[in-house]
Amino acid sequence: MIIPKLAFRNMLGAGAKTWLNAVVLSMAFVAIIWSQGLYIGIDAEVSRAMIEAECGGGQYWVEGYDPFDPFTIQDAHRPLTGPLRTLVEKGQATPFLIVQGTIYPGGRIVPVLLKGIDPGQKLLSIPSSVLKTADNELPALIGARMSATSGLKKGDTVTVRWRDAKGTFDAKDLQIVEVMRTTVQSIDSGQIWLPLQTLQEMAGMPSEATIVVTEKNYGPAVPIPGWTFKNLDYLLDDIKSVIQAKTIGSSILYSILLFLAMLAIFNTQLLSIWRRRKEIGTMMALGFSRGKVIRLFTLEGALNGVLAALVGAVYGIPLLAYTATHGLGLPADQIDSFGIAISEKLYPTYSGALVIGTTILVFSITTIVSFMPTRKIAKLKPTDALRGKLT
Amino acid sequence: MENSILIKTVDLTKVYPMGGQSITALDSVSLTFRKGEFAGLVGPSGSGKTTLLNILGSLDAPTKGSAEVLGEKVETLSHKKAAALRNRHIGFIFQTFNLLPVYTAYENVEFPLLLLGLPPAARKKAVMDALDWVHLADRAKSRPNQLSGGQCQRVAIARAVVKKPSLILADEPTANLDAENSHHILHTMEDINRELRSTFIFATHDEKVIGHLRRKIVLVDGKVAKDEVIKAA
Ligand SMILES: Nc1ncnc2c1ncn2[C@@H]1O[C@H](COP(=O)(O)OP(=O)(O)OP(=O)(O)O)[C@@H](O)[C@H]1O
Ligand SMILES: [Mg+2]
Repeated sequence: MIIPKLAFRNMLGAGAKTWLNAVVLSMAFVAIIWSQGLYIGIDAEVSRAMIEAECGGGQYWVEGYDPFDPFTIQDAHRPLTGPLRTLVEKGQATPFLIVQGTIYPGGRIVPVLLKGIDPGQKLLSIPSSVLKTADNELPALIGARMSATSGLKKGDTVTVRWRDAKGTFDAKDLQIVEVMRTTVQSIDSGQIWLPLQTLQEMAGMPSEATIVVTEKNYGPAVPIPGWTFKNLDYLLDDIKSVIQAKTIGSSILYSILLFLAMLAIFNTQLLSIWRRRKEIGTMMALGFSRGKVIRLFTLEGALNGVLAALVGAVYGIPLLAYTATHGLGLPADQIDSFGIAISEKLYPTYSGALVIGTTILVFSITTIVSFMPTRKIAKLKPTDALRGKLT
Repeated sequence: MENSILIKTVDLTKVYPMGGQSITALDSVSLTFRKGEFAGLVGPSGSGKTTLLNILGSLDAPTKGSAEVLGEKVETLSHKKAAALRNRHIGFIFQTFNLLPVYTAYENVEFPLLLLGLPPAARKKAVMDALDWVHLADRAKSRPNQLSGGQCQRVAIARAVVKKPSLILADEPTANLDAENSHHILHTMEDINRELRSTFIFATHDEKVIGHLRRKIVLVDGKVAKDEVIKAA
């Protein structure tokens, strides 16, 4: 118990420099929790939106289907049979059919993905019920991004051309019955949603589908021949790496802060050991072993971490609590430029695990940089220390 | 018990390597100290006084020969055992006082007791007693930079004697003090020597100190040139 007591006394006696180090370190502390909380908040928000709009509890893909390889889409359709059909009939899954097509808005040629969705589905947040209309031969739903890039608005009619199962081209006029605002880009850009059955007929693929979306919390996934199950980890992987890339900027900021704080602590330690070498000699004469001196100095340095946590708590807790309850407003025009699905108000999530994890991280790094300079003491002879010698 | 041997050195030799050459700081020193002595090492600068004191205090190891201090052979003691020996049985007083600057007088004196793991109540009593001996009980809360040189040295003496050690080693304790303060602390040390039966060994060339010694050991070039009893205890 003596070492903590002495370390505490020494730290309090050390004055301004200690506080300066603690303030810098506390800023790193708060910045880490802040940006990680923001990241977790974005991640949770994006995952939630994607699960609700598109991913459900995971998807069955027709074997061979690869959304990044357009050549696979041609053959990516298959009748719904057996257990999949049962799932759909029980309302525990809903199928998408995906067909490549082209539209000609204002004379331009725009390649699109035609996606068939059951207008009666209730699993996903896509407002597919707007396609349940009798007045229209080919009602279509698009997202706001698609609307912006194609120039198509609610009520507009446009010619769509596609190739059916046999390889023959056909064309028809579709009418935009709704433009939906969604934060999920992957149900919006370059896509046109049509009633499933209509698309199946147009493409000559009756009762067929490309993807079957299961209901939320579906599982465990049963293997179904001809289909591959893609779980949420897989489906959200891309977007998660995008978020991660986007938040690297903020981690650079706190890494620099952390690095500066560590440098300051390391330097303070080195200086303090040099300045107090005679004191070290005296402590040894009074019966301190080198091990005890090392522990004392390491703890003194490590207390910077504790002090930083306290200082950080003073301004960090109100700041973080405010953003967690009131959310962070993002300017509307920034939302899309972010390139991922986020809503206009973000609620950072500061979990206990995050705070504890950050605390452990900061304490460990502080302890390590406090310990490193004490290596000098390990070889120090008491007589040399007393004479003020330190090599 | 009165005449029990506390320290016994045999052919104690300390050689410092100096570049290509070497300096013999102690040359075959054989000495015996008994309990309760008030002895001093005197001699010209560089004669090996500090070196001998450091070895007796287990702060340093001899190059050759042996030094048995309180039953422990200094030359074979591990670093940790030596630290424990110092903590329990040896008090140091330095020329430059060597108080821990951020601690109060009280905390400085308390330091060795904390290390010994004494319970708080016993600690408090011992610290206040020690400060009483050096007449500084009223300055317990002062820090070293608020005390005069003489007061600092008295705190250092209190720190050395607070654990009632068998052996107190004082290297030039008066070198930074004026005549009045020197006499003052010497009287204090004589009182403690009488009361606690602690053995005092000084290293000094201060005539004022030499005047108080009961045994004078003269070192010249690392050798014992003279070892005489000046007055009986
Ligand atoms: N760490 C060391 N390295 C090399 N030489 C040393 C070391 N310590 C002492 N010496 C040398 O050993 C000799 C004895 O030194 P010591 O300090 O014991 O003398 P001293 O009698 O205490 O002198 P003073 O009265 O000046 O304090 C001196 O020649 C000194 O230069
Ligand atoms: Mg000396």
